[in-house]
Amino acid sequence: MTGASALALVLALLLVSIAAWTVVTRRTFAAVEGFVAYGLLLSIAWVALSAIDVALTEAAIGSGLTGVLLIGAAARLRTTEAALSTERAGALLRWLAAIASAVVAGAIAVGVLSLPDPTPTLAPAVAEHLPSIGLGNAVTAVLLAYRGIDTLLESIVVVFALIGVWSLAPDPLWGGYPGPRQQADPNGILAYLARVLPPIGVIVGLYIFWVGADLPGGKFQGATILAAMWLLPMMAGLADAPPISRTWLRILLVAGPLLFIAIGFAGALTAGAVLAYPDGYAKLLIKVIEAALMPTLTLSLALLMAGAPERTMR
Amino acid sequence: MSFLFDVFTVMTVSTGVFFFLAGSIGLLRFPDALSRLHALTKADNVGLGLVMLGLLPRAGGLLAGLKLFVVWLLVLLASSIVSQMIARVARRGGSSS
Repeated sequence: MTGASALALVLALLLVSIAAWTVVTRRTFAAVEGFVAYGLLLSIAWVALSAIDVALTEAAIGSGLTGVLLIGAAARLRTTEAALSTERAGALLRWLAAIASAVVAGAIAVGVLSLPDPTPTLAPAVAEHLPSIGLGNAVTAVLLAYRGIDTLLESIVVVFALIGVWSLAPDPLWGGYPGPRQQADPNGILAYLARVLPPIGVIVGLYIFWVGADLPGGKFQGATILAAMWLLPMMAGLADAPPISRTWLRILLVAGPLLFIAIGFAGALTAGAVLAYPDGYAKLLIKVIEAALMPTLTLSLALLMAGAPERTMR
Repeated sequence: MSFLFDVFTVMTVSTGVFFFLAGSIGLLRFPDALSRLHALTKADNVGLGLVMLGLLPRAGGLLAGLKLFVVWLLVLLASSIVSQMIARVARRGGSSS
Protein backbone atom coordinates (compact mmCIF):
# COMPACT_ATOMS: atom_id res chain seq x y z
CA MET A 1 0.00 0.00 0.00
CA THR A 2 1.41 3.38 -0.93
CA GLY A 3 1.53 6.32 1.46
CA ALA A 4 -1.17 8.19 -0.43
CA SER A 5 -3.68 5.35 -0.37
CA ALA A 6 -2.91 4.67 3.33
CA LEU A 7 -3.65 8.34 4.06
CA ALA A 8 -6.85 8.12 1.99
CA LEU A 9 -7.96 5.03 3.90
CA VAL A 10 -7.26 6.58 7.32
CA LEU A 11 -9.07 9.79 6.27
CA ALA A 12 -12.07 7.84 5.00
CA LEU A 13 -12.29 5.78 8.21
CA LEU A 14 -11.99 8.90 10.39
CA LEU A 15 -14.60 10.75 8.31
CA VAL A 16 -17.11 7.93 8.50
CA SER A 17 -16.60 7.45 12.25
CA ILE A 18 -16.91 11.17 13.04
CA ALA A 19 -20.00 11.39 10.83
CA ALA A 20 -21.54 8.42 12.64
CA TRP A 21 -20.64 9.90 16.03
CA THR A 22 -22.19 13.26 15.06
CA VAL A 23 -25.45 11.51 14.26
CA VAL A 24 -25.47 9.15 17.24
CA THR A 25 -24.42 11.51 20.03
CA ARG A 26 -27.25 12.79 22.22
CA ARG A 27 -25.89 16.20 23.20
CA THR A 28 -26.49 18.97 20.67
CA PHE A 29 -23.22 20.70 21.50
CA ALA A 30 -21.20 17.52 21.07
CA ALA A 31 -22.84 16.93 17.70
CA VAL A 32 -21.80 20.44 16.62
CA GLU A 33 -18.22 19.78 17.75
CA GLY A 34 -18.25 16.59 15.71
CA PHE A 35 -19.57 18.48 12.71
CA VAL A 36 -16.74 21.04 12.91
CA ALA A 37 -14.08 18.33 13.20
CA TYR A 38 -15.77 16.49 10.32
CA GLY A 39 -15.54 19.62 8.16
CA LEU A 40 -11.85 20.12 8.91
CA LEU A 41 -11.08 16.47 8.11
CA LEU A 42 -13.13 16.80 4.94
CA SER A 43 -11.01 19.75 3.84
CA ILE A 44 -7.88 17.63 4.37
CA ALA A 45 -9.53 15.00 2.17
CA TRP A 46 -10.15 17.64 -0.52
CA VAL A 47 -6.48 18.67 -0.30
CA ALA A 48 -5.51 15.01 -0.75
CA LEU A 49 -7.69 15.02 -3.89
CA SER A 50 -5.85 18.19 -5.09
CA ALA A 51 -9.10 20.19 -4.91
CA ILE A 52 -7.60 23.13 -2.99
CA ASP A 53 -10.46 25.51 -3.88
CA VAL A 54 -13.03 23.13 -2.44
CA ALA A 55 -10.83 22.52 0.61
CA LEU A 56 -10.59 26.25 1.31
CA THR A 57 -14.35 26.69 0.96
CA GLU A 58 -15.07 23.67 3.14
CA ALA A 59 -12.72 24.89 5.87
CA ALA A 60 -13.94 28.49 5.74
CA ILE A 61 -17.68 28.09 5.17
CA GLY A 62 -18.59 24.44 5.67
CA SER A 63 -16.68 23.97 8.89
CA GLY A 64 -15.86 27.46 10.22
CA LEU A 65 -18.86 29.63 9.47
CA THR A 66 -21.54 26.94 9.66
CA GLY A 67 -19.84 25.61 12.78
CA VAL A 68 -20.06 28.98 14.53
CA LEU A 69 -23.71 29.36 13.46
CA LEU A 70 -24.49 25.90 14.86
CA ILE A 71 -22.63 26.62 18.12
CA GLY A 72 -24.79 29.74 18.51
CA ALA A 73 -27.91 27.70 17.80
CA ALA A 74 -26.86 24.98 20.25
CA ALA A 75 -26.24 27.59 22.96
CA ARG A 76 -29.73 29.01 22.39
CA LEU A 77 -31.32 25.57 22.44
CA ARG A 78 -29.56 24.55 25.66
CA THR A 79 -32.42 25.72 27.90
CA THR A 80 -35.01 23.71 25.99
CA GLU A 81 -32.86 20.68 25.22
CA ALA A 82 -33.93 18.67 28.28
CA ALA A 83 -37.60 19.26 27.50
CA LEU A 84 -37.07 18.27 23.86
CA SER A 85 -35.32 15.00 24.63
CA THR A 86 -38.38 13.77 26.57
CA GLU A 87 -40.54 13.94 23.46
CA ARG A 88 -38.38 11.84 21.18
CA ALA A 89 -39.91 10.26 18.13
CA GLY A 90 -41.14 6.68 18.42
CA ALA A 91 -38.97 3.66 17.61
CA LEU A 92 -40.80 2.97 14.35
CA LEU A 93 -40.31 6.51 13.07
CA ARG A 94 -36.61 6.48 14.00
CA TRP A 95 -36.07 3.14 12.27
CA LEU A 96 -37.85 4.43 9.16
CA ALA A 97 -35.65 7.53 9.15
CA ALA A 98 -32.52 5.40 9.58
CA ILE A 99 -33.54 3.06 6.76
CA ALA A 100 -34.41 5.96 4.44
CA SER A 101 -31.02 7.62 5.14
CA ALA A 102 -29.15 4.35 4.62
CA VAL A 103 -30.96 3.74 1.31
CA VAL A 104 -30.10 7.24 0.05
CA ALA A 105 -26.45 6.88 1.12
CA GLY A 106 -26.28 3.42 -0.47
CA ALA A 107 -27.83 4.67 -3.73
CA ILE A 108 -25.27 7.51 -3.89
CA ALA A 109 -22.44 5.05 -3.20
CA VAL A 110 -23.67 2.70 -5.94
CA GLY A 111 -24.02 5.66 -8.31
CA VAL A 112 -20.48 6.87 -7.65
CA LEU A 113 -18.95 3.38 -7.84
CA SER A 114 -20.71 2.52 -11.12
CA LEU A 115 -19.41 5.61 -12.94
CA PRO A 116 -17.64 4.58 -16.17
CA ASP A 117 -13.87 4.57 -16.06
CA PRO A 118 -12.45 7.02 -17.09
CA THR A 119 -15.12 9.26 -15.58
CA PRO A 120 -16.73 11.52 -18.20
CA THR A 121 -15.34 14.99 -17.63
CA LEU A 122 -15.43 18.45 -19.13
CA ALA A 123 -12.11 19.37 -17.50
CA PRO A 124 -10.02 19.23 -20.71
CA ALA A 125 -12.56 21.44 -22.48
CA VAL A 126 -12.41 23.96 -19.62
CA ALA A 127 -8.61 23.91 -19.54
CA GLU A 128 -8.48 24.39 -23.32
CA HIS A 129 -10.53 27.59 -23.19
CA LEU A 130 -8.88 29.08 -20.08
CA PRO A 131 -6.60 31.39 -22.12
CA SER A 132 -9.57 32.97 -23.91
CA ILE A 133 -11.05 33.97 -20.54
CA GLY A 134 -7.69 35.16 -19.24
CA LEU A 135 -7.90 33.32 -15.93
CA GLY A 136 -5.38 30.85 -14.54
CA ASN A 137 -7.71 29.13 -12.05
CA ALA A 138 -10.10 26.73 -13.78
CA VAL A 139 -12.44 26.71 -10.77
CA THR A 140 -12.95 30.48 -10.93
CA ALA A 141 -13.50 30.17 -14.69
CA VAL A 142 -16.22 27.56 -14.18
CA LEU A 143 -17.85 29.53 -11.35
CA LEU A 144 -17.99 32.88 -13.13
CA ALA A 145 -17.81 32.14 -16.85
CA TYR A 146 -19.43 28.75 -17.48
CA ARG A 147 -21.77 28.49 -14.52
CA GLY A 148 -22.26 32.20 -13.83
CA ILE A 149 -25.96 31.69 -13.11
CA ASP A 150 -25.16 29.33 -10.20
CA THR A 151 -22.73 31.78 -8.66
CA LEU A 152 -25.19 34.64 -9.10
CA LEU A 153 -27.93 32.70 -7.33
CA GLU A 154 -25.48 31.65 -4.59
CA SER A 155 -24.57 35.23 -3.82
CA ILE A 156 -28.26 36.20 -3.74
CA VAL A 157 -29.10 33.27 -1.47
CA VAL A 158 -26.66 34.55 1.16
CA VAL A 159 -28.41 37.94 1.19
CA PHE A 160 -31.80 36.19 1.37
CA ALA A 161 -30.57 34.15 4.33
CA LEU A 162 -29.58 37.36 6.08
CA ILE A 163 -33.03 38.83 5.38
CA GLY A 164 -34.50 35.65 6.82
CA VAL A 165 -32.47 36.06 10.03
CA TRP A 166 -33.39 39.73 10.29
CA SER A 167 -37.08 38.95 9.83
CA LEU A 168 -36.99 37.08 13.16
CA ALA A 169 -36.78 40.48 14.87
CA PRO A 170 -39.83 41.56 16.86
CA ASP A 171 -41.49 44.68 15.42
CA PRO A 172 -40.23 47.22 17.99
CA LEU A 173 -36.64 46.13 17.41
CA TRP A 174 -36.76 46.26 13.61
CA GLY A 175 -33.90 48.35 12.29
CA GLY A 176 -31.95 48.04 15.54
CA TYR A 177 -28.58 46.58 16.42
CA PRO A 178 -28.10 42.85 15.71
CA GLY A 179 -27.38 40.50 18.59
CA PRO A 180 -26.51 41.33 22.18
CA ARG A 181 -23.76 43.85 22.86
CA GLN A 182 -20.74 41.73 23.74
CA GLN A 183 -19.04 42.52 27.02
CA ALA A 184 -15.45 41.44 27.48
CA ASP A 185 -12.50 42.56 29.54
CA PRO A 186 -10.98 45.43 27.49
CA ASN A 187 -7.52 44.36 28.70
CA GLY A 188 -8.30 40.66 28.35
CA ILE A 189 -6.78 38.14 26.02
CA LEU A 190 -9.68 38.23 23.55
CA ALA A 191 -9.37 42.00 23.17
CA TYR A 192 -5.65 41.48 22.58
CA LEU A 193 -6.37 38.97 19.80
CA ALA A 194 -8.99 41.31 18.33
CA ARG A 195 -6.31 43.99 18.07
CA VAL A 196 -3.44 41.82 16.82
CA LEU A 197 -5.10 39.45 14.37
CA PRO A 198 -7.31 41.65 12.11
CA PRO A 199 -4.43 43.47 10.34
CA ILE A 200 -2.94 40.09 9.39
CA GLY A 201 -6.32 38.52 8.62
CA VAL A 202 -7.49 41.38 6.41
CA ILE A 203 -4.35 41.06 4.28
CA VAL A 204 -4.77 37.28 4.05
CA GLY A 205 -8.48 37.66 3.16
CA LEU A 206 -7.81 40.23 0.44
CA TYR A 207 -4.91 38.14 -0.89
CA ILE A 208 -7.07 35.01 -1.11
CA PHE A 209 -9.74 37.03 -2.94
CA TRP A 210 -7.25 38.58 -5.37
CA VAL A 211 -5.26 35.43 -6.08
CA GLY A 212 -8.49 33.55 -6.91
CA ALA A 213 -8.17 34.46 -10.60
CA ASP A 214 -5.05 32.38 -11.04
CA LEU A 215 -4.61 30.19 -7.97
CA PRO A 216 -6.92 28.51 -5.43
CA GLY A 217 -8.93 31.14 -3.60
CA GLY A 218 -11.74 33.51 -4.39
CA LYS A 219 -14.42 35.78 -3.06
CA PHE A 220 -16.27 33.33 -0.78
CA GLN A 221 -13.13 32.19 1.05
CA GLY A 222 -11.72 35.72 1.23
CA ALA A 223 -15.03 37.17 2.42
CA THR A 224 -15.30 34.55 5.17
CA ILE A 225 -11.87 35.54 6.51
CA LEU A 226 -12.75 39.25 6.35
CA ALA A 227 -16.05 38.57 8.11
CA ALA A 228 -14.20 36.68 10.85
CA MET A 229 -11.80 39.59 11.25
CA TRP A 230 -14.79 41.90 11.74
CA LEU A 231 -16.56 39.54 14.13
CA LEU A 232 -13.48 39.28 16.34
CA PRO A 233 -13.56 42.93 17.57
CA MET A 234 -17.36 42.58 17.88
CA MET A 235 -16.99 39.54 20.14
CA ALA A 236 -14.26 41.26 22.15
CA GLY A 237 -16.61 44.19 22.75
CA LEU A 238 -14.29 46.60 20.93
CA ALA A 239 -16.73 47.29 18.09
CA ASP A 240 -20.45 47.04 17.53
CA ALA A 241 -22.37 45.77 14.54
CA PRO A 242 -24.17 48.52 12.62
CA PRO A 243 -27.95 48.84 13.05
CA ILE A 244 -29.60 47.01 10.17
CA SER A 245 -31.46 50.14 9.07
CA ARG A 246 -28.26 51.89 7.92
CA THR A 247 -28.58 52.94 4.27
CA TRP A 248 -24.91 52.30 3.39
CA LEU A 249 -25.22 48.79 4.77
CA ARG A 250 -28.28 48.00 2.68
CA ILE A 251 -26.73 49.48 -0.45
CA LEU A 252 -23.56 47.40 -0.04
CA LEU A 253 -25.63 44.27 0.63
CA VAL A 254 -27.47 44.48 -2.69
CA ALA A 255 -24.71 46.16 -4.73
CA GLY A 256 -22.82 42.95 -5.55
CA PRO A 257 -25.73 40.87 -6.88
CA LEU A 258 -27.20 43.93 -8.66
CA LEU A 259 -23.92 44.63 -10.47
CA PHE A 260 -23.65 40.93 -11.35
CA ILE A 261 -27.17 41.02 -12.82
CA ALA A 262 -26.44 44.26 -14.69
CA ILE A 263 -23.24 42.91 -16.23
CA GLY A 264 -25.09 39.67 -17.00
CA PHE A 265 -27.83 41.45 -18.93
CA ALA A 266 -25.30 43.73 -20.60
CA GLY A 267 -23.77 40.51 -21.92
CA ALA A 268 -26.99 39.88 -23.85
CA LEU A 269 -26.31 43.05 -25.86
CA THR A 270 -22.52 42.93 -26.16
CA ALA A 271 -21.76 39.21 -26.27
CA GLY A 272 -24.97 37.64 -27.49
CA ALA A 273 -26.09 35.85 -24.32
CA VAL A 274 -27.13 36.67 -20.78
CA LEU A 275 -24.15 36.27 -18.39
CA ALA A 276 -21.73 36.09 -21.33
CA TYR A 277 -18.72 38.38 -21.43
CA PRO A 278 -17.52 40.25 -24.54
CA ASP A 279 -14.23 39.03 -26.03
CA GLY A 280 -11.16 40.31 -24.21
CA TYR A 281 -13.11 41.72 -21.25
CA ALA A 282 -13.88 38.46 -19.48
CA LYS A 283 -11.17 38.68 -16.82
CA LEU A 284 -11.77 42.38 -16.14
CA LEU A 285 -15.54 41.88 -15.76
CA ILE A 286 -15.08 38.79 -13.59
CA LYS A 287 -12.77 40.71 -11.25
CA VAL A 288 -15.23 43.64 -11.16
CA ILE A 289 -18.08 41.28 -10.24
CA GLU A 290 -15.96 39.55 -7.59
CA ALA A 291 -14.84 42.89 -6.15
CA ALA A 292 -18.46 44.05 -5.91
CA LEU A 293 -19.52 40.75 -4.34
CA MET A 294 -16.77 40.94 -1.69
CA PRO A 295 -18.43 43.62 0.51
CA THR A 296 -21.83 41.96 0.00
CA LEU A 297 -20.55 38.57 1.10
CA THR A 298 -18.39 39.91 3.95
CA LEU A 299 -21.28 41.91 5.40
CA SER A 300 -23.85 39.14 4.91
CA LEU A 301 -21.68 36.44 6.45
CA ALA A 302 -20.65 38.59 9.43
CA LEU A 303 -24.21 39.83 10.06
CA LEU A 304 -25.58 36.28 9.75
CA MET A 305 -23.36 35.52 12.76
CA ALA A 306 -24.37 38.68 14.58
CA GLY A 307 -27.99 37.51 14.38
CA ALA A 308 -31.39 39.16 14.43
CA PRO A 309 -31.81 42.69 15.82
CA GLU A 310 -32.05 42.55 19.62
CA ARG A 311 -31.44 46.18 20.61
CA THR A 312 -33.27 49.33 19.51
CA MET A 313 -31.64 52.42 18.12
CA ARG A 314 -30.85 54.80 20.93
CA MET B 1 23.87 17.26 0.91
CA SER B 2 20.28 16.39 -0.02
CA PHE B 3 20.72 13.13 1.91
CA LEU B 4 21.63 15.14 5.01
CA PHE B 5 18.55 17.30 4.49
CA ASP B 6 16.41 14.17 4.21
CA VAL B 7 17.83 12.81 7.47
CA PHE B 8 17.15 16.18 9.11
CA THR B 9 13.55 16.19 7.81
CA VAL B 10 12.83 12.66 8.95
CA MET B 11 14.35 13.29 12.40
CA THR B 12 12.56 16.57 13.15
CA VAL B 13 9.19 15.55 11.70
CA SER B 14 9.30 12.28 13.66
CA THR B 15 10.12 14.16 16.86
CA GLY B 16 7.27 16.55 16.09
CA VAL B 17 4.89 13.65 15.54
CA PHE B 18 6.02 12.23 18.90
CA PHE B 19 5.01 15.49 20.60
CA PHE B 20 1.61 15.34 18.86
CA LEU B 21 1.18 11.76 20.04
CA ALA B 22 2.20 12.67 23.59
CA GLY B 23 -0.16 15.67 23.52
CA SER B 24 -3.05 13.51 22.30
CA ILE B 25 -2.41 10.88 24.97
CA GLY B 26 -2.22 13.64 27.58
CA LEU B 27 -5.51 15.08 26.31
CA LEU B 28 -7.16 11.70 26.76
CA ARG B 29 -5.51 10.62 30.01
CA PHE B 30 -4.91 13.73 32.14
CA PRO B 31 -7.40 14.23 34.96
CA ASP B 32 -8.50 17.87 34.68
CA ALA B 33 -9.00 20.62 32.14
CA LEU B 34 -5.88 22.62 33.00
CA SER B 35 -3.40 19.76 32.67
CA ARG B 36 -5.15 18.58 29.49
CA LEU B 37 -4.66 22.07 28.07
CA HIS B 38 -1.01 21.90 29.09
CA ALA B 39 -0.58 18.65 27.15
CA LEU B 40 -2.45 19.97 24.13
CA THR B 41 -0.47 23.19 23.79
CA LYS B 42 2.79 21.23 23.84
CA ALA B 43 1.59 19.46 20.68
CA ASP B 44 0.72 22.78 19.04
CA ASN B 45 3.86 24.65 20.02
CA VAL B 46 6.71 22.15 19.94
CA GLY B 47 5.16 19.46 17.73
CA LEU B 48 4.05 21.78 14.96
CA GLY B 49 7.26 23.79 15.33
CA LEU B 50 9.37 20.69 14.75
CA VAL B 51 7.23 19.54 11.81
CA MET B 52 7.56 23.04 10.32
CA LEU B 53 11.33 23.00 10.92
CA GLY B 54 11.65 19.62 9.26
CA LEU B 55 9.69 20.74 6.20
CA LEU B 56 11.75 23.94 5.74
CA PRO B 57 14.47 22.32 3.56
CA ARG B 58 11.72 20.94 1.32
CA ALA B 59 9.77 24.19 1.09
CA GLY B 60 11.37 25.07 -2.22
CA GLY B 61 12.36 28.68 -1.72
CA LEU B 62 12.71 31.38 0.89
CA LEU B 63 9.17 32.71 0.45
CA ALA B 64 7.52 29.31 0.89
CA GLY B 65 9.69 28.66 3.96
CA LEU B 66 8.69 32.04 5.38
CA LYS B 67 5.03 31.15 4.83
CA LEU B 68 5.50 27.91 6.78
CA PHE B 69 7.10 29.90 9.60
CA VAL B 70 4.22 32.41 9.64
CA VAL B 71 1.69 29.55 9.74
CA TRP B 72 3.45 28.25 12.85
CA LEU B 73 3.44 31.71 14.46
CA LEU B 74 -0.29 32.12 13.77
CA VAL B 75 -1.07 28.70 15.23
CA LEU B 76 1.01 29.65 18.30
CA LEU B 77 -0.99 32.85 18.70
CA ALA B 78 -4.33 31.08 18.23
CA SER B 79 -3.54 28.13 20.49
CA SER B 80 -2.10 30.20 23.33
CA ILE B 81 -5.10 32.55 23.32
CA VAL B 82 -7.69 29.80 23.01
CA SER B 83 -6.07 27.81 25.82
CA GLN B 84 -6.03 30.93 28.04
CA MET B 85 -9.74 31.43 27.39
CA ILE B 86 -10.59 27.78 28.04
CA ALA B 87 -8.46 27.83 31.20
CA ARG B 88 -10.31 30.92 32.42
CA VAL B 89 -13.68 29.26 31.88
CA ALA B 90 -12.43 26.05 33.54
CA ARG B 91 -11.19 27.94 36.60
CA ARG B 92 -14.27 30.10 36.96
CA GLY B 93 -16.70 27.26 36.35
CA GLY B 94 -14.65 24.89 38.48
CA SER B 95 -15.34 22.24 35.86
CA SER B 96 -13.48 19.12 36.86
CA SER B 97 -14.66 16.96 33.99
